[in-house]
Parts: sequence; structure tokens; C-alpha cells
Amino acid sequence: MSPVTEPSVLPAADFRVTRSQRNVAWTGAVALIVVIVLAMFPYIVYSGTTTILVQAFIVLTLASMWNLLAGYAGLVSVGQQAFVGLGAYFVLILAIHGSSPFLALPVAAIGCGLASLPLWWLVSRLRSGYFAIATWVLAATVMLIIEKFSSIGGGTGMPLPGLAGLTPALLTAYTYWAGLAVTVVALVAIYLVLRSRLGLVLTAIRDDEVAARSSGARVDLARLLVFVVAGAGCGAAGGLLAISQLQVQPSAVFSIQWTAEMAFATIIGGLGTIEGPIIGTAVYMVLQQTLASYNAWYLIILGLVAIIVALFARRGLWGLVDARLGVRLFPVGYWLRRNGDRSRGGLLGRLR
Amino acid sequence: MAWVNAIIQGILTGGLYALFACGLSLLFGVMKVVNLAHGDLAVVAGYVAIGIITVTHIPVLWSFVVVVPVMAVVGYVVQRTMIQGALDRSVLTTLMVTFGLSVVIENGLLQFFTANSRGLGTGLALVTDSFTIGSQIQIAYLLVVIFAVAVVVLLGLQYFLSASKYGRLIRAVADDKEAAQLSGADHRHVFGIAAAVAFGTVALGGIAYGMYSQLDPTTGTDTILLFAFAAVVIGGLGSLWGTLVGGIALGVAQQIGAQINISDEVLAGYLVFLVILVLRPQGLTARRAQS
Repeated sequence: MSPVTEPSVLPAADFRVTRSQRNVAWTGAVALIVVIVLAMFPYIVYSGTTTILVQAFIVLTLASMWNLLAGYAGLVSVGQQAFVGLGAYFVLILAIHGSSPFLALPVAAIGCGLASLPLWWLVSRLRSGYFAIATWVLAATVMLIIEKFSSIGGGTGMPLPGLAGLTPALLTAYTYWAGLAVTVVALVAIYLVLRSRLGLVLTAIRDDEVAARSSGARVDLARLLVFVVAGAGCGAAGGLLAISQLQVQPSAVFSIQWTAEMAFATIIGGLGTIEGPIIGTAVYMVLQQTLASYNAWYLIILGLVAIIVALFARRGLWGLVDARLGVRLFPVGYWLRRNGDRSRGGLLGRLR
Repeated sequence: MAWVNAIIQGILTGGLYALFACGLSLLFGVMKVVNLAHGDLAVVAGYVAIGIITVTHIPVLWSFVVVVPVMAVVGYVVQRTMIQGALDRSVLTTLMVTFGLSVVIENGLLQFFTANSRGLGTGLALVTDSFTIGSQIQIAYLLVVIFAVAVVVLLGLQYFLSASKYGRLIRAVADDKEAAQLSGADHRHVFGIAAAVAFGTVALGGIAYGMYSQLDPTTGTDTILLFAFAAVVIGGLGSLWGTLVGGIALGVAQQIGAQINISDEVLAGYLVFLVILVLRPQGLTARRAQS
């Protein structure tokens, strides 16, 4: 919060604390319209477009989760591919046993949320850099263990059963709707988390961990919850990946590339805001689509841009927008304003 | 006898892992930075060595005379530009920047040098020959040499940190940056020197691994970084000789794992790492981690 500039103490009745956007219902209505329009896409655009958008949904879900980890909880995890892979395998295993892969998605999310508990117990005692590589080692270990089970394809993986009954057009449409649903649920969940008490703790950790601890914030509990939510979200994205690729291959679903993509999209878009990962995903998709025929170049360029942004524009592209316009699409902060004064001068301070 | 052989092989590969790990440990000890591009830089060093050997035809064994100073300079420059810049912002930024660097290097190598794996000094007597003890224990000369190099490097680092002028400066800055600055030490330059030394050891690790096995763009993270980290944690955070103990423990675990099931070599090493993480987070050498 920026310091209150008024020199004199005003009576409490003169103040009003509001959400950082004056009219939340207005934002909600726009968001609803966007989602409805997106939901109609399979009827109005080519299937090539929806296929690309499914990729965008996967990256956006992953990036939003990574933002929660690194942007708010101060946990730079380089092992989130563990949950992407586990999510894909949850869907595969349920599909082998006759379940519809689409119905398996929520189970994959919950399963990955539960799986994150023992993994958290292993890595939670490590800080910053050591936490980062430990999650990486953990992801490698999970992959090596999964590869030992030949009934789910061993080291080579296997095609995803249970979708042969669908026509290609229906399959594309269902996959798209599943992707949209996963992303919307993920974003709404993150929005609600950040508006809750936990969100206040997370915002405090983001701004100053030591100060948050000394104010009695339960930092470790908040971190555990974020790790579980991020595990579930990345698991859902991994399940979606399995459905969109129609096969599950350990080295592909457990690839470090997923963490690279979610981290770069978040850093470029802006850490510590809900909007950042959305902007970052847009940048990511544009680069990836433009450079699709040049193999690894999009990752090289994304990596370089992310390094530059991390060094010179810490709040990312959205941070630049926010600093100039003070706009929030997802109002999770608070504004302290003077009663009856709606002008810019009436704003006494704000918690972003 | 096969088990004795596995343990001996494990101890010797431990030297290689210590060579990977000591640079990582040094940088963390001095400035609390974990360089996630550590392994990829080792691969870069290996590729540079291959390039220099192809162009100038210098003997493989002497390639380090060129590559180590080159990587040391690279280390100083990378530290003074990217890592210091990130460190001035926050420790988390250093992770993001070095992770970005890692991905950029790995994909850059993939783009320019393909995914093919390359060896160093294949066909050289030192690389291929071995001697036998009894009937079943066969020891490669190369592993013995690498182990000896690792011990010499650790001794050198120990001497450098405890007796040389820059070593004292590094320890002073690591202990209390502000106090060292007040006494006239330029901490940025000192960090640069530490990074140069760490990158020098990384270069040795890359060359040694290129001779011991094969290098490809993913070796840097899949093998070198993760093994180095496992060795550091097993041995004890922030302890130089701990990296040798950790490397040996990791090597022995892997060889015993391979003895049980040939495909479980890597997994066995990671499982030992996780067990140590749970039961003895301060590491085997039991020196308390620098806070």
C-alpha cells in the first residue's frame, strides 16, 4: 500500500474501503460475455483455430498456477512438470479402466492435489534455490517411477483409449470445451483464493515475507495450500494435454519444457497479478505460432525475453499497463478512498 | 564380487559428481545463488573443447588449458551482468534468470548442434583402457584420473579460499557483505571472481563427462545439474568436502541400483537423495548449513 499522504488524522467515518474496481459486477458481466463467446467458437471458427486455442488454454492454466507459486507464495518451482505428467497419467489410467477421458479430468485434478501433499512434505524444508532444483529432481524421480509400470506403457507410453467413438469434429469440439472449462475454473478459483483471507496472506508474502511472518501470517500453511492448488491445476492441464495429444509419453508429459513455458509466460506477462499470465500466454502463443516452423527458436526467444523482463521490468507487461492506467480486470485489491469523493484525488491509498 | 565392483565404481564416479557439485556449492555458499544453468554451462564447455580440438588439433587432455580460462572469463562476465543484476533485485529473480539461461542454452545447442551426442577423445588409450584387480573388478584409468582431478580441485579450492587474498575476500563477503563493503571490498568484483572459479570447475566437469560418457544438449540438466544438486544435498549444504562425500554416496547408490536392475541406476541415486532429505536434511557431513 502506498503511504497515506494526508498529514492530519481524519475521522473514521470519512473513509471508505472498496475493492480496487468500482463496479465489480460490470467486470463480471464482461468476463461472462467473453466466456460465452469463447464457448461458441466450435460453431463459428475452423477446427484448426480451436486446436490452437486448446494449447493456449493449457499454457494459460499452467502459467496462472505458476504465478500463484512464484508470484505470490515466493516458491519458484521448476518441477511443475511432475503434476502435468501425473495429470496425464491419471486420465490415461482411468481411460484404460473404461472411464471417459473427459470425466477423468476432475479426478486427475483432485488426484494431483492429493499427490502434491507428500511431495510438499519432501521439499518444503528447502528454501528458494534449493527448493527449485529439489522440485526438479522430484519430477525426474516421479517420471522414472511411472516408467517402471509396463501396464501403462512403461518408458514408451501409449495411446489414450476411450475416444474412438467420437467423430473428429465432435472430439475437437469436446476437447475445446474441456479446455475452456479447465481454464475458467482455474481462473475463477485463483480469483476467489486471492479475494479470500488466504489471498491477503499471499499478497503480504508477495510484498514482504519477513513482514508477513512478523505480523502473524501463517506463511507455511499458505504455501502448502498454494502448492496443492497449483498441483491440482497443473494436473488438470496435464489431463487436458493427454486428451488433446491422444497419447501419453513419459518424456513428453514430464518434460521441463512445460515449466519453461509456464514460467516464461508468467514472467513476461507479469508476476503477482491475475492478468499477467493472460498477457504472457498471448505473447507466448503469438511467438510460438509465428516461429512454429523454426523448431526450438520460440523457446530461445521466449527465454531471452523472460530474462530481459525479469531484469528490467519486474512486474512484466501487465505491470507496465497497471502502473500507467491503474486498471484491474480482476479486482482483488483494496482501495482506500475518501467518502463521497470519486475523483482521483479521493484515493488515499491502495493495496494491489 | 560384483557388489564390491559396484561399490568401487560408485566411489570413482563420485569424483566426477564432486567435480560437478563443487562449483554449485561454492556459488551458493558465497552469494546464496543457485545457478540453474550450471549443468548447461558444463555442456557448453564440453562443446567448446570439442570445437577447439577439431580446429587446432591440440591433444584432448590439454584442451582444459584453453577451455577452463575461457569459461572462467565467461563466468566473470555472466556474473557481473546477468546474475548480479538479478541478485540486486531478489534471490527469486536469480532463479528465473538462470532458469531462462538454462533453457536458452539447451535449446540453442539443440538448434545449432542437433540432438546428436558427442564424445571427447574417443579411441584415446586413457579413455578406453582399464586395469583389472582379481578376476571381476575392472577399473577404467579415466575414472581414476577424474577422481584424482576432483581431489586436486577440492584441495585447490580449499587452499584458495583459506590462504589466498581473493579467497579471504570471498569468505569475508560471504560472511557479511555490508561489513566487507565498509572495509573497502567491492562485493561485485568478489562475486565475479567466485563465479569465475565456479565456472572453471564446471568446465573441468564438462570435459571429464565428455570423456567418461557422451554429451548432448539435455545432458546439462538431466544429468549434470540434478546429480550435482543431489551430491550437494547428500553431502551437506555449503560444505566443500561434503560434495565429495555426497558425490561418492550418489555414485555408490547408482551403481548398487544398477547392480539390482540395470535400468534403475538413476532412480536409485534419487531415492537415496530423498531419504537423506527426509532423515538427515543437514547432509552426511553434518556441518550445519550456512544460514
